[in-house]
Amino acid sequence: MTFLLDAWYNFDPFDELYEWLQDTAGSTELVYVVSAVLGATAILTFVGLGALANVWLERRIIGRIQVRRGPNRVGLWGLLQPVADAIKLIQKEVLQPRASDGALFNLPPILVFIPAMLTFAVFAWAPDLVYADLNVGVLYLLALSSVTSLAIFIAGWSSNNKYALLGAMRVIAMAISYEIPMVLALLAPVIVAGTMNIPGIVDWQRQYDVWLAFLLPLPVFIYAISATAELNRTPADIAEAESEIIAGFHTEYSGMKFGLFYAVELINSLAVSGIIASLFFGGYSLYGLDEYIPPWIIFIGKIYFFYFGLIWLRGTWPRLRVDQLMAFSWKMLIPLALINVVLVATEVLLWRELELGDWFLAVIAAVNIVLAFLLLNLFFRILTSSYYRLPRRVRLVGEVSVPSLPAPGPVAPS
Amino acid sequence: MQNGKGAPEHGAQQHARLSVCLRCGEGRGVVVDDTAVVVAFYVLAVLTLGSALMVSLVRDLIHAVLFLILSFVGVAGLYITLSADFVAVVQVLIYAGAISVLMLFAILLTPRSARDNSAVSYRAPISIVAGLVGAVIIFVGLKTDWATVSEEDRFPQTAAEIGKALLDPYVLPFEVASVLLVIAMVGAIILVRPGSEER
Amino acid sequence: MISLEHVLVVGALLFSIGLYIALSRRNAVGVLMGVELMLNSVNLNLIGFARFIDSPRPIDGQVFTVFIITVAAAEAAVALALAVSVYRIRQTIDVDRLNILRW
Repeated sequence: MTFLLDAWYNFDPFDELYEWLQDTAGSTELVYVVSAVLGATAILTFVGLGALANVWLERRIIGRIQVRRGPNRVGLWGLLQPVADAIKLIQKEVLQPRASDGALFNLPPILVFIPAMLTFAVFAWAPDLVYADLNVGVLYLLALSSVTSLAIFIAGWSSNNKYALLGAMRVIAMAISYEIPMVLALLAPVIVAGTMNIPGIVDWQRQYDVWLAFLLPLPVFIYAISATAELNRTPADIAEAESEIIAGFHTEYSGMKFGLFYAVELINSLAVSGIIASLFFGGYSLYGLDEYIPPWIIFIGKIYFFYFGLIWLRGTWPRLRVDQLMAFSWKMLIPLALINVVLVATEVLLWRELELGDWFLAVIAAVNIVLAFLLLNLFFRILTSSYYRLPRRVRLVGEVSVPSLPAPGPVAPS
Repeated sequence: MQNGKGAPEHGAQQHARLSVCLRCGEGRGVVVDDTAVVVAFYVLAVLTLGSALMVSLVRDLIHAVLFLILSFVGVAGLYITLSADFVAVVQVLIYAGAISVLMLFAILLTPRSARDNSAVSYRAPISIVAGLVGAVIIFVGLKTDWATVSEEDRFPQTAAEIGKALLDPYVLPFEVASVLLVIAMVGAIILVRPGSEER
Repeated sequence: MISLEHVLVVGALLFSIGLYIALSRRNAVGVLMGVELMLNSVNLNLIGFARFIDSPRPIDGQVFTVFIITVAAAEAAVALALAVSVYRIRQTIDVDRLNILRW
């Protein structure tokens, strides 16, 4: 019994269309191509509308976090603000420096858009609704994020601008440093579920009725922070720190090219939220609620829930320096991720080889949560131990005795 | 590679599909009889060989590296047409994602004057030699009677089988490769440390 | 209709292009680019063999390819570290001028 119309669940018109095409045209390749085009259109629609919605969401929510209203002029509650932004960017003059590399200059906005779009192809929107059911889905997502750093380098290089190149170099150094903990953190759900197939991992979570976030809290933390750094969002947005390096690698890009970079950052945030939702938080399943609500609505809801978390991080935390970011990745995240991989592999081995029941999953969850706590504490203390030995700034109240002024006498009337 | 998932177990609802995976339930992988695969193979082969040629023809070294990256991606596409999806993704991840970035960093650490992609003066004999080597290999390849077998779906699960092969017959090369990577990392770091100029 | 011969021809052509690039570049990084192309052509051949040849364990071709990718990554790292180091000492990276070991 479904809560909404059957058509929202089954997409019956499309199935009928495919069968009609197969009957009339007779060739299965045509049906394949038509279905691929329709599916791609659906994904592109979601991504496009998502980018528009994200612009509004970011500015309003960050405004509320910073104790101000966001944009509220353009439409009711500022809902037409994305449209205004798009119009502004489209009508801007597109400048290209004369000394820049001709064809190479126009390439990065397109090149950085492609991996962002391709990420959405492997998500499982419903039990049978996946655009590209790859057997190596998780590895495919990691390969896409390493292609993004290449596009940023081309952007910085072809601008023929020292500061753009410097910004691009910093971004690439940060991106490749954070790729390693990202890979290791995403290895943990793969070990537990036994497959790199993303619908398979979601199925595992539905079959065992537990979200992988409860079993593996440490990889969630590691992946969330690494993905924030890969996305170049605060607290890791040294790429586009407006106060630091003019505008980083997209200094020379104006108009819609910059608009594409900006849109790609938002779309990538949606993609990362989608990955967290699929791999760690159950994807389209919500403990049986997906019988009543269409699963893809649940999935989109989860994506926006984690995207709200990313916006919250952006509004709350200050920007980290580039050497702080590197130290964080190399000295804390990578050892944590390595310890985590060994731990999870041992636990899963015990679970599978000794053929213990499902109660062992609760034991794994408890052990992992306790160890995550202890390890994080340990690493924080190790990394910040040198700061406790710095001379403390003298606080006026309580540490330094202020010489007391003479008591004020009666106010002389004069 | 496009193995479908079959009917859902729970509920009697037939959920829709975003894209039809034809005959997926029968375990069909990438079949080299399909028109699409043949067209893709030729397009990707032309792309790869064209980019490799452009690597030698462009004048700026950074453009040459970018064409090299394009040829890496082309080779990854060729792997996919040959049912090697895991190796294709590993190729993109490592070659186009890591080795290329390494080459770009190394180029940017060298002077601008040395950044030309020029060839040495004796290129003609080299091209003849390279052409001869290629011709010999093609001749041997076409003449040999290979013991081919035309299975339709040879590798239903490449990643799992590669994992099993790495741990059962090839565990020694696997461990040696990890030691090699550590040695390479340590060696590279020692080579580029600033203090090495005094030695 | 793709068969093993197609793959071998593409691999051989890629190998000869890589050989030409490796032998005829003046820049050390250019030589490395040729070497990487040759390794890629070998990998392509191995994947073709894994797909088409009758063998008791056909996944071996792909396993060898993974090993070759690993070794190529390690070699590229060391070669580029060498190039940067040589530039620091000799102020040039032109392979024609790095010929201290004359006859």
